[in-house]
Amino acid sequence: MLIIKDLKVSIEGKIILKGISLEIKAGEIHAIMGPNGSGKSTLAAVLAGRDFAEVTEGTITYMGKNLFDMSPEERSKEGIFLGFQYPIEIPGVSMVNFLKTALNEHRKHDGLEPLSASDFLKIMREKKELVEIDSKLANRSVNEGFSGGEKKKNEIFQMSILEPRLAILDETDSGLDIDALRIVANGVNKLKKPDNSTIVITHYQRLLDYIVPDVVHVLYDGRIVKTAGKELAMELEKKGYDWIKQEVYQNGIA
Amino acid sequence: MEKDQDKIINDVTTGEYKYGFHSDIEMEQLPRGLNEGIIRAISTKKNEPSWLLEFRLKSFRYWQAMKMPAWANLTIPEINYQDIIYYAAPKQKVGYTSLDDIDPELKKTFDKLGIPLEEQKHLSGVAVDAVMDSVSVKTTFKETLAESGIIFCSFSDAVREYPDLVKRYMGTVVPYTDNFFASLNSAVFSDGSFCYIPKGVRCPMELSTYFRINAANTGQFERTLLVADEESYVSYLEGCTAPMRDENQLHAAIVEIIAENNAEVKYSTVQNWYPGDKNGKGGVFNFVTKRGMCRGENSKISWTQIETGSAITWKYPSCILRGDNSTGEFYSVAVTNNHQQADTGTKMIHIGKNTKSTIVSKGISAGHGQNSYRGLVKVLKNATGARNFSQCDSLLLGDKCGAHTFPYIEVDNQSAIVEHEATTSKIGEDQIFYCNQRGISTEDAIGLIVNGYAREVINKLPMEFAVEAQKLLQISLEGSVG
Repeated sequence: MLIIKDLKVSIEGKIILKGISLEIKAGEIHAIMGPNGSGKSTLAAVLAGRDFAEVTEGTITYMGKNLFDMSPEERSKEGIFLGFQYPIEIPGVSMVNFLKTALNEHRKHDGLEPLSASDFLKIMREKKELVEIDSKLANRSVNEGFSGGEKKKNEIFQMSILEPRLAILDETDSGLDIDALRIVANGVNKLKKPDNSTIVITHYQRLLDYIVPDVVHVLYDGRIVKTAGKELAMELEKKGYDWIKQEVYQNGIA
Repeated sequence: MEKDQDKIINDVTTGEYKYGFHSDIEMEQLPRGLNEGIIRAISTKKNEPSWLLEFRLKSFRYWQAMKMPAWANLTIPEINYQDIIYYAAPKQKVGYTSLDDIDPELKKTFDKLGIPLEEQKHLSGVAVDAVMDSVSVKTTFKETLAESGIIFCSFSDAVREYPDLVKRYMGTVVPYTDNFFASLNSAVFSDGSFCYIPKGVRCPMELSTYFRINAANTGQFERTLLVADEESYVSYLEGCTAPMRDENQLHAAIVEIIAENNAEVKYSTVQNWYPGDKNGKGGVFNFVTKRGMCRGENSKISWTQIETGSAITWKYPSCILRGDNSTGEFYSVAVTNNHQQADTGTKMIHIGKNTKSTIVSKGISAGHGQNSYRGLVKVLKNATGARNFSQCDSLLLGDKCGAHTFPYIEVDNQSAIVEHEATTSKIGEDQIFYCNQRGISTEDAIGLIVNGYAREVINKLPMEFAVEAQKLLQISLEGSVG
């Protein structure tokens, strides 16, 4: 589904990603872990098409197409969803209006008729239950006045409506208490289908207790320095990131 | 990334003005210039009684001694008042008795503007007075309204048919001495709408006036007088457009509203005069005096304005809260794009006891637009228990535009509570990207964000027009963010 080859990215002249390659197949869950400043969020931004990150080298192929030829909204309509680390507030724009506009853009792209208000509200009700979001949230303006936890839940709610092929969750667990974490993770698990894929970007292992990855990558200083199964996450939780750093220095990669 | 943002701002702000066409209609005009002879000629053309001519001449003499004020935060090119045509009218038989008398070209013009003059074609529940240049062309649903005793007609008809009402109320809220443009209007006004809602009547439909400037080199000087007698209610809406021309055209109108005991008037404006091209050439100067008097107890006057057009907008729809427990409201969205300028706001004058006022102003600046909010909240000595809440927000698109706020507060009564809140924000690249990431294009994202920002005001418009206003906001900012 997604093939990244030797991706190099800089922001304002500073090299952030120094050559990343990875492949995500349909149905897989990949976790990308790493200490702060290792380039995790930059990778998410590049995948979503944020233009402050400049790709200097490498390719990304998504569903057989060159991802760099697609605008951010095309990527969305082709099934890429980014769960934001810091969801944005849009005052005065109701969640209903926002999501209906978004979903109808997706439907137009897929050659479907736009949904009527009542059909859309029906979908919203179903999904609200699925992701256990407070029904009042859906009546408010986009993220306006939401608590940190509400914002993250709202990201999962939006994901449930747009049903992405590839979901990228950027530090969705940060700032969540254990109950909110469970709700968010349950939402992600319920939305999981055999042929869609998820990238979970996280600093901590605890989210991975709930969302069990097929593959864990460790990103450090702009490179993937280790790739293994889910047990790698446990090891990181126990030992922290220092041993990875040491290993990197010993092997002379960095 | 800055370049991209510039590009979007450019794209969104260079949208085309959709009402810029000119209709080829045979016109009858007076020569350019302003003197007593012209004023007498206007009065003669309209078959006016002598008291009205006297009023005009008195106003004109007063105006001659005045200077155009210069205190606004606006850059106004010099206006040569001798170079303007003060009267231009589509050539027609006097008094349009039936639709068949109206020039088909004229009908076509209003059809094209979405204001059909045939009643059956019109939005149900909206009566329209259509004004082109200096005269009212047709007032729809006149008969239906007359059944409940409502008078809705052109100002000229009112002078002829209801001279006592006109005499009793005209100039009582905006006297001819009020300001430079009010004096000018009082001297040369040519038409406009008159509306009287009798005691105890709730007007069953929306009333509206549609103003169209068509002729070149003319100014439009209309007067609207709206009287709501005791226990009555009316919702009134005005809309306006003009052709695209390289020269500036002056529009100096007066609107007077009177609300008696327990009466309520909602006055909405969707102003879409030609704003000039993207380099600031041409466009309408919209210098209007609008004021409402809450004369009676428990009366209420509410102004809602969506100002997207005009090269320069300079006006302060205001409320004089004379009756005890009366309420004044002002809800405004003003857009300045390209080289448009606006200095607009309101005055709330609290005279009666327990009077309340609310001001919500939302400025949107894009391109090189300059947007000023100017507002006065004045509480007089006897206005015990007066309350005001003001909220002035500014939204900036891009980095070449400006937003300014000039609030004035004068309180002479210890018990008054006056609150003022103000914010300035920029449309964030983050907000646009967030929308993009959900599949919404940048253009649509800006429309969504701006409409969200203006929602509180748009919600105050009658339903039929809220949708139009939303579209208009989006169009007027088309090409502005990138």
